Amino acid sequence: MNINATLLAQTIMFALFVWFCMRFVWPPIMAALDQRKKQIADGLADAERAKHDLELAAKRSAEILREAKEKVSEIMTNGEKRASEIVETAKIQAKVEGDRIIAGAKAEVDQEVFRAKEQLRGQVSAIALAGASKILGREIDAKAHDDLLDKLVAEL
Amino acid sequence: MGFWALNLDTVIMSLLLGVVLMFVFRRVAKKITPGVPVGAQNFCEWAVEFVDSSVRGSFSAKNNMIAPLALTIFFWVFSMNLMDLLPIDYVPLLMHQLGVPYFKVVPSTDPNATFGLAIGVFLLVLFYSFKMKGVGGFVGELTLQPFGKWGMPINLLLEGVNLIAKPISLALRLFGNMYAGEMIFILIALMGGAWAGVTLGGATLYGSQILLSLGWAIFHILIVTLQAFIFMTLTVVYLDMAHQEHH
Repeated sequence: MNINATLLAQTIMFALFVWFCMRFVWPPIMAALDQRKKQIADGLADAERAKHDLELAAKRSAEILREAKEKVSEIMTNGEKRASEIVETAKIQAKVEGDRIIAGAKAEVDQEVFRAKEQLRGQVSAIALAGASKILGREIDAKAHDDLLDKLVAEL
Repeated sequence: MGFWALNLDTVIMSLLLGVVLMFVFRRVAKKITPGVPVGAQNFCEWAVEFVDSSVRGSFSAKNNMIAPLALTIFFWVFSMNLMDLLPIDYVPLLMHQLGVPYFKVVPSTDPNATFGLAIGVFLLVLFYSFKMKGVGGFVGELTLQPFGKWGMPINLLLEGVNLIAKPISLALRLFGNMYAGEMIFILIALMGGAWAGVTLGGATLYGSQILLSLGWAIFHILIVTLQAFIFMTLTVVYLDMAHQEHH
């Protein structure tokens, strides 16, 4: 129980162990703990950021969807408008074409009528001439009475 | 035996325990990963975190040595105290067979060991006192308070006692607790040795030895841990005081 040199030995051992611990034990363990803390913190931050990104992406996708819908409805109204326009122009064109055809036909008919009248007039003059020659009993010189006949035809 | 005698039992046991501890910690520290900790790494991380948080709690200055110091003190003292829980006769008996007549298993029941530690701590306290406060500051702290410069001798006496009391209380507290604990183990063990023949009294003594040593050992687990913790905490507190300008 007496105090002796064990004291010094113990103190020296103590110093050595503390030195060893300070040099070789504490730093790596502490570094690993710090690194793990950092990893966990990073992980949490990443998760937070990912959540945020997800929210953003959801918002963006909703916006894109909305835009697409808008575009579709716009395209549809445009198409409808265009279709009705086409129909309208077609109608107008058809009407014009129809009018033109009708006008042509009318002209043709008029011409036909005119020609028939002409023919009829000629025949009537011939009949009148034949009737008159029969009545007079002699040949009427067609050449001598041409101007008379022409006057008659013009009167018909 | 004069001063230069060496208590080999104390030196060998404490050296052995310290080396084993440092070996375990070093082995873990070498292949530590920041991933999921398993096995010994788990234990060492718990130990480091426990020491680190208690140092953070009571040490306010910045010093990279304090936490490893506290770790060393806690586990070294703890393992030395823990030898108390070995059945008291086994190791001495073994050594006796090997031709060593006397062997003390618990280094912390040797005042040399506890004073050795306390002197180490005391030197650190002195070193940091001088380093942080300067020679003038530290001497001033010893002589100029609490009674001002006219009460210098009384101040020096009071503060000197205050200063010297630190290592002495540190060493004697640990030694006293461990020595008393060991003494009680020995007394309990003597009860069984006192039986003489198969009588009612002998059987009673033998049975109560078993029960008492069990009870005392269980209680002693607390003391072993607590004393190591107190030694560590007080060391940290003393060093913290050495780092403070005023206390």
